[in-house]
Amino acid sequence: MKLYGKYFMIHLKSIMEYKTSFLFSCMGQFLVSFNVFLGIYFMFRRFSHVEGFTYSEVLLCYGITLLEFSLAEAFARGFDTFSSIVSQGEFDRILVRPRNEIFQVLASRIELSRMGRMLQAVVLFVYGIRKSGIHWTYPKAAAVVLMLFGGAMVFSGFFVIYASICFFTIEGLEFMNIFTDGAREYGKYPVNIYGKRVLQLCTFVVPYALIQYYPLLYLLGRGKPYYALLPLAACLFLIPCLMLWKIGVRHYVSAGS
Amino acid sequence: MKKYLAFFRLRFSMGLQYRAAALAGMATQFFWGTMEILMFRAFYRADPAAFPMTLEATCAYVWLQQAFLTLFAAWLMEGEIFDSIINGNIAYELCRPVNIYNMWFSRSIAARFSRAMLRCMPVLLLAVVLPAPYGLMAPADGAAFFLFILSMLLGAGVAVSFCMLVYMTCFFTISSMGLRIVMTSLVEFFSGGIIPLPFLPDGIRKVFEALPFASMQNVPLRIYSGNLQGDEMLKALSLQVFWLCILILIGKLLDALAMKKITVQGG
Repeated sequence: MKLYGKYFMIHLKSIMEYKTSFLFSCMGQFLVSFNVFLGIYFMFRRFSHVEGFTYSEVLLCYGITLLEFSLAEAFARGFDTFSSIVSQGEFDRILVRPRNEIFQVLASRIELSRMGRMLQAVVLFVYGIRKSGIHWTYPKAAAVVLMLFGGAMVFSGFFVIYASICFFTIEGLEFMNIFTDGAREYGKYPVNIYGKRVLQLCTFVVPYALIQYYPLLYLLGRGKPYYALLPLAACLFLIPCLMLWKIGVRHYVSAGS
Repeated sequence: MKKYLAFFRLRFSMGLQYRAAALAGMATQFFWGTMEILMFRAFYRADPAAFPMTLEATCAYVWLQQAFLTLFAAWLMEGEIFDSIINGNIAYELCRPVNIYNMWFSRSIAARFSRAMLRCMPVLLLAVVLPAPYGLMAPADGAAFFLFILSMLLGAGVAVSFCMLVYMTCFFTISSMGLRIVMTSLVEFFSGGIIPLPFLPDGIRKVFEALPFASMQNVPLRIYSGNLQGDEMLKALSLQVFWLCILILIGKLLDALAMKKITVQGG
């Protein structure tokens, strides 16, 4: 943990060397997700509700999903850019060091420029909370914390899968974006609006609904109490991801010179 | 003219080489299209009366948008061009007896068309076999199809000539990162990339439709489904021609200005 703090400081210092570039990438992150927000805003100028969710409830949902995603992206970004580590043979270096390789990949990148996105997520989140008229209690606050934690874990899991596939293909695969960027993009609306099939898929195959739709229902007072604990169940998703990673490491053949 | 055609051909066949990337891209685009349509379906169910286009036309819009994504997307700028300005390779290009603007223009158009050619067919085919109203409908009529093609060419021209402006400003600012980020996100929303323009409130929509951004993907995709017809369509088409000329004119002016004061970077 202390070592991770040290890595964190190094990344922070190196970013601060290029302040304007940092600001611009923050702004870029902000604008990209701001466009999505505009899309939601204008859709709700026309329609008052969708599948029983109102504007502020959708914003709350988008805010939480965005926050989950940007947390995962800020800390697990090393896995997202893992294809370059493999294709340049840098993974050899990681393997010979006397530390856990997952830890090293995790610490190899800490994206602070995701702050632009996070900031917006927080604003949407706060707005959504205030407008949606949720009666706050301690269990509900705890449910939000669980959602953020579980969500960050699930998205990290996908980054790990993405990285593990790189062991076999050397290159990153674009279609994996469906599970990361796609989930962020379409997580703006509660999963059930996409229909029953998608909801089933997102419950039993990939655990998106467990970190978004079900706990949201609980927050809004429409779901059963145990829905609040589903994000913890979603964390189990990390187990197969890490298994795939282990298989990948065993399969690893150096590509560097 | 002949040499620019050669640039076009060269870049075109280069673009056709990336087949694996195209395959992965197609899967992504098909998924994207499906989710988008499911989303519109949910809103349609919530209140069909408030829907500004028919559901069929909306689905056609989404599928065509996904199929021809690489033709119109503003974020698909040519990284090589920025690199050559920043690292000084531009000097080689300047030695050639060609006009920089025309060369880059033909290259960008070629890159876009080759990518779109590779990607569009499977997405379109899959979309056609999907059941109505979720699939891609047949074009409104023969004339609409012909005008769709024409307007698509114009739209791609407007998109490229807009990107050219960004390349040209890079001569003056060197680092174009900021401008590029802001511009691409603006274009994305203003051109109807996030939600089709008819979904916007009327007042805002009228303003947006007059801007050059609406002349990119908005016009062709709406002509296809018959959402844009008659006088309105003629107006949109002439606006496309108008903006294409204006953007090229500004680009050429910037080009002339840049060539006068150019400093070559790098050593």
